[in-house]
Order: sequence, then C-alpha cells, then structure tokens
Amino acid sequence: MYNEKVMEYFTNPRNVGEIEDADGIAEVGSPQCGDIMKVYIKVEDNIIKDIKFQTFGCASAIASSSMMTEMVKGKTLDEALKLTNREVVDALGGLPPAKIHCSVMAEDAIRAAIKDYMEKNK
Amino acid sequence: MTRRVYLDNAATTPVHPKVLEEMLPYFTERFGNPSSIHSFGREAKQAIDKAREQVAKALGARTDEIFFTGSGTEADNWAIKGIAYANREKGNHIITTRIEHHAVLHTCEYLEQDGFEVTYLDVDEYGMVDTDKLKSAIKDTTILITVMFANNEIGTIQPVEEIGEIAKERGIYFHTDAVQAFGNVPIDVNKMNIDLLSMSGHKIMGPKGIGVLYIRKGVKIHNLIHGGAQERKRRAGTENLAYVVGLGKAVELAVENLDNHIHRLSGLRDRLIAGIMERIDFVKLNGHPEKRLPNNVNVSIEFVEGESLLLSLDMAGIAASSGSACTSGSLDPSHVLLAIGLPHETAHGSLRFSLGDGTTEEDIEYVLEQLPPIVDRLRAMSPLFSQYKGGKVNV
Repeated sequence: MYNEKVMEYFTNPRNVGEIEDADGIAEVGSPQCGDIMKVYIKVEDNIIKDIKFQTFGCASAIASSSMMTEMVKGKTLDEALKLTNREVVDALGGLPPAKIHCSVMAEDAIRAAIKDYMEKNK
Repeated sequence: MTRRVYLDNAATTPVHPKVLEEMLPYFTERFGNPSSIHSFGREAKQAIDKAREQVAKALGARTDEIFFTGSGTEADNWAIKGIAYANREKGNHIITTRIEHHAVLHTCEYLEQDGFEVTYLDVDEYGMVDTDKLKSAIKDTTILITVMFANNEIGTIQPVEEIGEIAKERGIYFHTDAVQAFGNVPIDVNKMNIDLLSMSGHKIMGPKGIGVLYIRKGVKIHNLIHGGAQERKRRAGTENLAYVVGLGKAVELAVENLDNHIHRLSGLRDRLIAGIMERIDFVKLNGHPEKRLPNNVNVSIEFVEGESLLLSLDMAGIAASSGSACTSGSLDPSHVLLAIGLPHETAHGSLRFSLGDGTTEEDIEYVLEQLPPIVDRLRAMSPLFSQYKGGKVNV
C-alpha cells in the first residue's frame, strides 16, 4: 500500500511538535475527514528558521506533513509558498491515488501558516 | 521475526485442517459431476447431500431448504432481490437497518432505483434495533424485513427471535444476514421464525467462495441463476463440490465446538476489553456490552486515527481492522459507527479486534503490551490531543 519512504516518514516523522512562540500557526483539514494538520513556523529575515507540525490522520497525512516540513525548513517564504503537493508526493516516492489529498493538505498547511505570519506582520 | 497475531477473524479465518482434509479428495479422485448418474457422479452427489444435511442440522432446517451459493453476499442479494421481485404484486416495501453489511444495504439501494421503497431503521447507541420502531415502520405494502443477526463491526446481537415473531404475526418474510453470527451464537430458524438466512464459509474456518442461503419451504422467491437442475433449479450451475464439502465440515465443527468457542472467546474478549480500558485513557467500547459476539472487540481511541493505529499494530505483527475512512476507500468513516452516534473523529479512531479459535491468552497479552505505546506515540503527534490537554476542547 505505502512505499518504504512513506513508512519511514510515518514511523520516524521529522519535526513533530509545537513551537511555543511561533510566528505563524495554521490548522487545516477537519475531524470529519479524519485529517487535521497543524503547522507552526518561526521566521527570521524572511526565512523559515524552524517548523514543527502535529497531525491527526493516516500514515500518508503524517508522512506528507513531515516531508513538507523538511522541504521548507531553511527556505525563504517565497520559496516555501511555491511548494506544491506534487513535489511532496514526488519526494515521498509516490502516494496511493486515494491519498493524494494528504499532500494537498501539506501544501495548504504551509501556505496558511505563512499567510498567518504575514497577516501578523503587516 | 516479529510475533504475528491475527485478530481479524471477522474479515476471514484460516481453513481448519480437518476441513481441508475433507475437501482435498474432491479435487482429484472424487471429482465427479454430482449430476452424472455413474459412480463418479453418485459419490459427488452423496458428498453434496451430506454437506446439505450438516448445514440443515446446524440451523434446525430441512435439507431441501438449504441452497449453496458463491458467498454470503450472493446469499444476501438473492434473498432480498428474489423476495422483492417475486412478491411485487403484494407490495414494494422493505424494512432494514442502517447498520447492515453493504451486501444488504447496496442491494436495497439498487431496489429503490427500481421502484421499491426501503425503510432504514435507526439503531440505539449500542447498535440495537428497537422492535417498537420496527413495528411502526410496517405498512400494508411491507413484503420483507431484513435485519442482520449480529453486526460485523461492533458485534451487537439483534433481538432476532422477537423480530421473527413480529414478521410472522404480520405475514411478512424475515431475512437475516447471519454471516458473522453463525458459529458464534446458537441459531434455530424455526424457533426464531427466520424465513431466509445467509451465511458464509470463510468466517467459520471453511473456504472462501462458498455460502448458503436458507429458504424456508413455501417462501415465494425468484430463482437466482437459470440453467440446469442444480440447487432445485434455483441456482443452476455445476456445484462447487470441494467447497460445498468444506463448508459442510466447517459447519459441523462449528456446531460441535460452539459452547467451548463461546465460553473461551468471550473470556479472552472481556480480558482484551478490560485490559485496553485499564491501560489507555479516553477509550470507548463500541457495541453492546453484553449482547455482543463472543469474538468481537471494537473500541474508539480518541485523538488518533484508525489507519495509523492499524499500520503501527501491523508493524508489531498484529492484524486488526478499523472503521476509519482511510481504510474504507471513502471519505466517510464506517456507516455503522456513525449510526450509533459516534462523532466523525471518534469513528475515525476505531479499532476492531476479532478473535478466533486460534487466538490465545498470550496473543491478548501481547496486544495489551503493544497497543498503549502505539497510542502514546500517535497522540504525541496529534493536534487534537494537545488541544485537549490545553483545555481548549470539551470531550
């Protein structure tokens, strides 16, 4: 069902947790669909210095969140905003068709966290 | 290699070695066509007759009321469509429940598209049908009541005898899907006024691809498959000889072992339920606390999602199942869990362990060792759990 890379990111997810003094926070998904992704970012000089996530969801949701955080950490906000769900899927070596929406959530989550940061720092 | 513990017996069971032994000669030396008149045919026919007797005896039925099918699903389809179309001039109304197996629900939905009217009865928080609601749902046009004997997900056993009584009094046919119940509870079609009953081989240590529909003598039903004279012309096609033999043997063994099975498995079941409750916080037992299949444990573990639980258990060698959407291929969690009133997020976090005759005390202890750290790990990642701990959510 899942490839080894997805299982590895599910079993040993990177960047799990909360950032207490986060500069941007976003939560996407809903309990109804069985997936909630919460992302915390710490921004310095327009760069994502730190990022953490919490996910309630299936293995692909956890793996997608984790992969996304790795992909945007250390990137500028503009670079992070360009991240697409397809890139997350590719980095994971593919997801089953029914699970692509998990990668879309990861894309939505980072964009929403950056938006939250931008609104707070207008 | 990690230990492997199979607790998904409601999905399927292994074939019992005695069943396999009984089946094997019918692939090779006793391969005859039961319709042939020579000795090869006669010994095959005798084997089919014996299996039919084994099943009839187990249900308290007559042999000419037992029809072999290709699956429990086929039996459900035949019972419902066969009754609907054969009794259309009497009426077009069918009563069922919201928690039936899809073999029943989707058949009823199909009939709705063809002019039939279906009432889907609600169930209570334990998954029980209210017989008063059933009575008030009956109309002049009601031709069939189909209510499962016991639920496959939450294990709740329905008041079948009472439903049979109600149906009989009003002259309405009563079908029950007993795929999960057979071999787990005593069944007597006469005492329980059951007109049609579906069962399946592979849930009772028989082979997959074989089922039974019991049809009470005199019940007006359409034939399922047209062709030769097999199954009293009602389901034509050369009999699946070895599988029929296997099903017969599995039924015989299940009946012989019934008391021991119920006693032993309900003990293990209760140990597993109590152990999960003791060791893990925020857990809810789904299904009826007492009127429950001896092999069924279904719990919702708050703040975590079922597929993650299943995969983590699988990595520890434990096979279970879940009503989470992620395991069903749809966006909604199990219709059964929603019907008993669980919120979506709680339904997504459900786990079913279904025990079998191969289940041991050590298996149960192993699950009780492995499950709590898995839940802790997933909860540590869950935003729902940290929100709860932060006091932002009422549970």
